[in-house]
Amino acid sequence: MTVKKTEAYEDLPGTWVFDAQRARKGYHLNNFFMSLMKAENRQAFLADEPAYLEQFPMTTAQRDAVIQRDWNTMLELGGVVYCLAKLAFTDQHSYQYMAAEMTGMSEQEYVNMMLAGGRSPDGWRSRAEQSGEDN
Amino acid sequence: MAKISAGIGTSHTPAIGAAVDLGKTGTDYWKPLFDGYKPAQEWMAKKAPDVAIIVYNDHNNAFDFTMIPTFAIGCAEQFIIADEGWGARPVPVVNGHPEMASHLVQSLVLDEFDITIVNEMQVDHGLTVPMSLLFGQPEAWPVRVIPIAVNVVQYPPPTGNRCYHLGQAIKSAVESWDEDLDVVIFGTGGMSHQIQGPRAGLINQEFDKNFLDGLTQYPEKLAQIPHLEYMREAGAEAVELVMWLVMRGALGDDVKEIYRFMHVPASSTGVGHIILEANDTA
Repeated sequence: MTVKKTEAYEDLPGTWVFDAQRARKGYHLNNFFMSLMKAENRQAFLADEPAYLEQFPMTTAQRDAVIQRDWNTMLELGGVVYCLAKLAFTDQHSYQYMAAEMTGMSEQEYVNMMLAGGRSPDGWRSRAEQSGEDN
Repeated sequence: MAKISAGIGTSHTPAIGAAVDLGKTGTDYWKPLFDGYKPAQEWMAKKAPDVAIIVYNDHNNAFDFTMIPTFAIGCAEQFIIADEGWGARPVPVVNGHPEMASHLVQSLVLDEFDITIVNEMQVDHGLTVPMSLLFGQPEAWPVRVIPIAVNVVQYPPPTGNRCYHLGQAIKSAVESWDEDLDVVIFGTGGMSHQIQGPRAGLINQEFDKNFLDGLTQYPEKLAQIPHLEYMREAGAEAVELVMWLVMRGALGDDVKEIYRFMHVPASSTGVGHIILEANDTA
């Protein structure tokens, strides 16, 4: 029953819920992000990203996603969005920049969407609603 | 005896804190939001509570992944402001109330809430942004604070119902404190927002309005909202609203709405704010 409830999160389109299983997979990836809270670590990372990442026993896919700044893949592979933000800040980007990148919009398009009241939940409640299969 | 006389619900969006710290509160983008909080600041200045219990969530600043407490109470003398990756916010250190916090822990554990005790903790925007919104920019905060950190980052967070009951237990814990203190309680986070993935930017103002209405009219119904419904209707991070139910539970059955304000957007967030007074306050 517990497992079933967890699986229901997967029905949310465009969302990777950080549940216990994803947390387990993302443990070392998130520890890397947390290390960026120190200025000297931010510098060391930017100076040689692959070498810095060697300290953290993460998967090749996780490492590649970090180097490519593939934000959605980082989420899918167990990254927490608040932790990803520390990488965005290390790159001197805003949270809003990172959120826009995740949606595939330009930052200005994203800001305009928010100023117009944000993204409507209509069409985004479930995978079925998104693909127009229900109702 | 100490009494919880009022509850404050408010978003805690980090960009709001940045706007305060960088002197941008008068810009076209931010002015409507800060104007909306002015009556709340005036109310708070007049109220001048002795203690504020602030229910908030840490955003991987005080807590990393070595341990993830579901409910944690800060029992320290002082709480240092966290550097979240762009330098610490230039706001005063937060002074705690270790004696009362420790009393809360004892009372809550005996009431069967298995609280984590935290004796050293930095506090992030989840706690400091609500303080800036309600207390402005003083040189020292005019209130002692008991932080209650709720895990809403790793699923599942506690249920709304559990949070509501925790609030009820906090009310009786405060009322068993001998000293005559005026206590307010904050529920922070939300309202509708999603800040991750292709679905980022989701806002549902109707959901938010109904939630605000429900705080006075049908809080027990709100307490039954499942996590998945928050996420479906109001965005993955809207689940933070369970923390408002701790606040609501701590006010007793009969409350009066004093003030309400809604605004979209603050960065990616639908901002909501409400002040409720407990009607059984003597």
